[in-house]
Amino acid sequence: MEPKNTDLSTTNNHGDFDIEFINVTKHYGDVVALNDTNLKIPRGSFHSLLGPSGCGKTTSLRLIAGFEQPTSGDVRHRGVSMVGIPAYKRPVNMVFQHYAPFPHLNVEENISYGPRQRSPKPPKQELKKLVGEMLELVRLPGFQNRRIWQLSGGQLQRIVLARALINRPAVLLLDEPLAALDRKLRREMQMELQSLQREVGITFVLVTHDQEEALSMSDTISIMRDGGIVQTGTPSELYDTPVDRYVADFVGESNFFSGIVSAADSAQATIQTKTEISLTAPYPEGGKHLTIGQRGAIAVRPEMVLIWPLTHEQPKDIDFSVKGRITNRIYLGHQAEFRVVTDSLGEILARIPKTAEAVTRDLAPGDEILLGWQWNFGLAMPDA
Amino acid sequence: MAKKSSSYVTTLLLAPMAIWMTALLILPILVVLVYSFGELAEMGGYKPAFTLAQYANLPARLTAFKNTLVLAPAGTLAAFLIAYPLAYYLARTVEPRRRMILLTLVIVPFWTSFLIRTYAWMFILGGRGIPALLEFIGIEGVRLLNTPTAVLIGIVYGYLPLMVFPIFVSLEKVDESLLEASNDLGASPVRTFLQVTLPLSLPGVATACMIVFILLMGEFLIPALLGGGKVFFIGNALVDLFLQSRNWPFGSAVAITLVVVMLVIVSLYMRMIFKPGKTQDVSMI
Ligand SMILES: Nc1ncnc2c1ncn2[C@@H]1O[C@H](COP(=O)(O)OP(=O)(O)O)[C@@H](O)[C@H]1O
Ligand SMILES: [Mg+2]
Repeated sequence: MEPKNTDLSTTNNHGDFDIEFINVTKHYGDVVALNDTNLKIPRGSFHSLLGPSGCGKTTSLRLIAGFEQPTSGDVRHRGVSMVGIPAYKRPVNMVFQHYAPFPHLNVEENISYGPRQRSPKPPKQELKKLVGEMLELVRLPGFQNRRIWQLSGGQLQRIVLARALINRPAVLLLDEPLAALDRKLRREMQMELQSLQREVGITFVLVTHDQEEALSMSDTISIMRDGGIVQTGTPSELYDTPVDRYVADFVGESNFFSGIVSAADSAQATIQTKTEISLTAPYPEGGKHLTIGQRGAIAVRPEMVLIWPLTHEQPKDIDFSVKGRITNRIYLGHQAEFRVVTDSLGEILARIPKTAEAVTRDLAPGDEILLGWQWNFGLAMPDA
Repeated sequence: MAKKSSSYVTTLLLAPMAIWMTALLILPILVVLVYSFGELAEMGGYKPAFTLAQYANLPARLTAFKNTLVLAPAGTLAAFLIAYPLAYYLARTVEPRRRMILLTLVIVPFWTSFLIRTYAWMFILGGRGIPALLEFIGIEGVRLLNTPTAVLIGIVYGYLPLMVFPIFVSLEKVDESLLEASNDLGASPVRTFLQVTLPLSLPGVATACMIVFILLMGEFLIPALLGGGKVFFIGNALVDLFLQSRNWPFGSAVAITLVVVMLVIVSLYMRMIFKPGKTQDVSMI
């Protein structure tokens, strides 16, 4: 088992990366599925490729698996190029989106399929033992003789997981593995996959279009758009310092205010909205700087927005406030979510934690309130 | 109530089929069965009796039985060996746009009469056909027409489309991602074919082979035209006994024997191929 190493900045030895994309481009005829993409996935990490349908996630996985070859660029495994090596010789295994179990084989024969391709073939006894262990691992002991059509979706999922893991691959590829499961089962499998990855210690590369899934399971995430990676980072890096509006919008929820940049320096920018309101915010770490006159946006997470009754005095450190009317109040258990309509900034979402409830406890839909935030808690970015 | 009326409808819908089967299949076979225990009338035809003499006389047509029991399986096998790669190519290799054209080409021969097409083969295989061409390049003394080889060629030609289609359908149904999964798990393309594609196409192969085999057991046109009276099938014996010699009782005995032989072979075959559970796995998914 490999030591866990997800810190990108301290790794510089190429052998430490289970997967590296170096300027990878992939064309299907006229379609550019992947465009000049760079990616590094450290050994033993749980990495997700997150993006909307058609952005090139499956293509990336298929390039790693060896079902496709890059049009240009290099795909490496621990520093060694894999271009030209056929799929059946690569140390990676895949869990297919629609599972693809072999319908003519029973569960045991499905799981032992990989080891049976080795030469020399492992002895029967050893295969039996291995399959037994794998079924324990995916919590389906005793399923050896079941036929494929007798299994439920969740069970199938575990069987194909076992079928891949029995080969002890360096990298396990998962293409939207949970998309076909119902919500409850999906939550359960998310946690199981996460602990499974910790247990076996191999690199997992998960493809998903579900941000919640990616955020809850991954060590690192690459946000993809139109055949490219927009940003790679840990879930909290992506949440706290999204490099642009696309990422901010994709990861978690944000209030966006767009307008024309009226002032800018190397640390922060001020934009003026159509309604003549000036808002200031710093750039995210690694984000693009803005110049005066261009279109910009300021993102403010709902957690950063405070609200208080008109009669109440303004909380300290607030740089900006605006009057609004509550339209919805949603109780979320650990926090309360307020939907507020303002004249000048449209609809604004605010989430108030239970610990800060003293001020907002009695607020109800229809109430006029004040709302505001600290400049430092917003993020300035180009308006995509 | 609903159940009762629906079973009434079922009966009504099945009735034409049942009447058809009884009138055109079961009754004729019963008549033939009765005839086979009878005696030959003086002017030909049937004279009621109960004797096993006709069955005792079966060895007189042993050659026809032998030819049929050798060439029907051989023809099935030969057609299969040619049809499988063709079906594989159509289902898995050729690009979709050309697939339709090629599939149509496989069916086109059916637009003309089978008789005419088999006549055409008489010319191709006859003295002025392929043997003449071979002579032209220096290979002399090749005789094709009126040999078992000619019959076999005719069989493969005539039954190829019947063999190709069921196999094509079963190959086309094999999900591409299964082949990728096999590849992903370390199986080379050849091993993937042997362990995934081939087993999953077996139901189609079994169906195709059974249809072709059953039809071949009753074949008479191809041996009559391309075998030239030298390569006799049971079908030819039946034509001869019923229409020329008018020996109905003996013809009936031969026919009944053929039916029994076929029933035995086909039921053994079915039991071997369509084991319960085995095909279910393949067809369920
Ligand atoms: N085999 C193919 N032939 C042609 N275009 C393809 C093929 N596979 C994918 N594409 C195209 O490449 C783009 C990226 O596809 P894909 O990687 O499957 O996206 P995702 O998995 O993120 O939904 C899409 O526009 C898709 O239509
Ligand atoms: Mg996809």
